[in-house]
Amino acid sequence: MINEPTTRNTAKAVARFDITQRLVAKLQNEEAVIGGIGHTNFDLWAAGRRPQNFYMLGSMGLAIPIALGVAIAQPNRKVIALEGDGSLLMMLGCLTTVGARQPENLIIVVMDNGAYEITGGQPTATTQGTDLAAIARAAGIPQSHWAADEAHFDSLIDQALSTPGPHLIAARLTSAKPAGQTERDPAQIRDRFMRGLGTKK
Amino acid sequence: MTWDAIIHATLRAHEVKLVPYVPDNVLRPLIERIHADPYFTAFACTREEEAIGIACGAWMGGTRSIVMMQTSGFATLANVLASLPVPFQIPALLLVSERGTLGEFNIGQALVARTMRPVLDSIAMEHHTLTRLDEVEFITDRSIRQAIATQQPACLILSPLLTGGKAFK
Repeated sequence: MINEPTTRNTAKAVARFDITQRLVAKLQNEEAVIGGIGHTNFDLWAAGRRPQNFYMLGSMGLAIPIALGVAIAQPNRKVIALEGDGSLLMMLGCLTTVGARQPENLIIVVMDNGAYEITGGQPTATTQGTDLAAIARAAGIPQSHWAADEAHFDSLIDQALSTPGPHLIAARLTSAKPAGQTERDPAQIRDRFMRGLGTKK
Repeated sequence: MTWDAIIHATLRAHEVKLVPYVPDNVLRPLIERIHADPYFTAFACTREEEAIGIACGAWMGGTRSIVMMQTSGFATLANVLASLPVPFQIPALLLVSERGTLGEFNIGQALVARTMRPVLDSIAMEHHTLTRLDEVEFITDRSIRQAIATQQPACLILSPLLTGGKAFK
């Protein structure tokens, strides 16, 4: 078993805020990050504001499409979509668009806690057999992997940041509460993000 | 010039070069024209919502885009329009081929089409219906200018009066 690829069932459950901090700490080249809604978004906010972070407020399921748009517009910048399992299940088709277009600068990080946590913890299909990394591979994103533990997550992020993508990294999460809550000021979020990307002076 | 040639030229004039779309038969001449022009990046998306997300991301990254769809696809968009381009002040451009009227043969299309303008009005989204060939360039040009200047999304509706639509034979 030791050489078998990690699956959702064999992945260690990791803490969302911890791996979000690990990810943000590795961003040294003004990489763009799109935070999907819910606790994924809250922990990105809590991990420290960056001008290159975009915090969605609603439009559930669109973290990957928004990131794809940024990636097309700025092919020399790495763009990271942080998306929850419930959100991705709502917009699974976007994986096929990524698979068809093969954006080399796109990295998808799936935060899979197996639940619609923010609405009361109702289970998603990922606790009942659905493997989002396997779906991504079948959608045309062969570099889709489960993080076995925190150290493996670190190495997958390093690899994704240093090699052509698209990449998808899935992490199975504990049910920890988020470490903060995003300030809901959409015009300011968009303005800061565009200045962070150099598209607004 | 045909309506599709005018819109193609107007999009180029405004550097609107990314076109995520959900296919539609009436839009086909414009989609084919855009695919044939290497100035544009055009591709089909699985849902209209996805295309709006791509367009909004591209705008923030410095690339102008327009999302193309038909009326029934627009009907899936109320949530994302009200939670992404409108509150974030992103000038997403929409081009909708109008079905459901002037010879529609599918009752479902006729019913869903009636939701389009009320939704646009209720979220205060600028929209214009293109009915005459001699107005296509002016309305398209001015709508793009206004969307960008005011940082608000806009929707152009292609009437069967302009395109001939898709009629029952």
